[in-house]
Amino acid sequence: MELIKAFWVGGLICVIGQILLDKTKLTSARILVAFVCAGCILGGLGIYEPLKEFAGAGATVPLTGFGNNLAAGVKEEIDAIGWLGIFTGGLKSAAGGICAAVVAAFLAAVFAEPKGK
Amino acid sequence: MDTSQESKKQYEKMVETVSPNSPILKNCLRAFFSGGAICAFGEGLYLYYSTFSFAEKEVSLLVSITLIAISAVLTAFGIYPKLGKHCGAGTIVPITGFANSVASPAIEFKKEGMILGMGAKMFLVAGPVIVYGTLSSVLVGIVYYFLGR
Repeated sequence: MELIKAFWVGGLICVIGQILLDKTKLTSARILVAFVCAGCILGGLGIYEPLKEFAGAGATVPLTGFGNNLAAGVKEEIDAIGWLGIFTGGLKSAAGGICAAVVAAFLAAVFAEPKGK
Repeated sequence: MDTSQESKKQYEKMVETVSPNSPILKNCLRAFFSGGAICAFGEGLYLYYSTFSFAEKEVSLLVSITLIAISAVLTAFGIYPKLGKHCGAGTIVPITGFANSVASPAIEFKKEGMILGMGAKMFLVAGPVIVYGTLSSVLVGIVYYFLGR
């Protein structure tokens, strides 16, 4: 049941991206940026958290979930240490994902050869 | 000016006739099923990791790291871009797409050197994502600090 919820919610979020891709000719980089910002704003407004409760990975795996993480992190940090949390909260919560991506990309680049074009 | 305007128009016409009229519904279905499958896989990982004694946050992080690692491996073997051709946004929007956007230029620009090639170009797409993500988080933080509590 959890899997099905994650499937259709995550799928629908991707469909939004596909419509943007087809209708507006936004490049994929712009879509990624838009999704992270949208997730962060929705998270800030407290709208994303209920979706996450409902769909689990369906809401956290798309990049909007990454954005929501930024918002959740900044709120938590402000609650914990005050206004300085505005500066530390976002990146702190994103650190794991960014670091994993850098390490994984580095290893991939060390072992893989670029496909000839 | 005139000629450049005209050639631009001609070019646009050419693009319109050459590019296949993308059947939106089909693309959306593909994005739905591929993106949904990735999210369902993530949920499966989540349920699996939850059986160990991790805190909820640790489980989420582990799921992200696993998906990122898988995506980097698939990118290294050139499989992820092939999937991307069929799945469109279904492979761009999930965090695996983010990982692919980091790994793929890292591999591609390795030949330009390890520092200014791989090291710098790695953030070709991830850079703006992190920049604007950070900016929005600061915005959210400011609003939350003054109004939210």
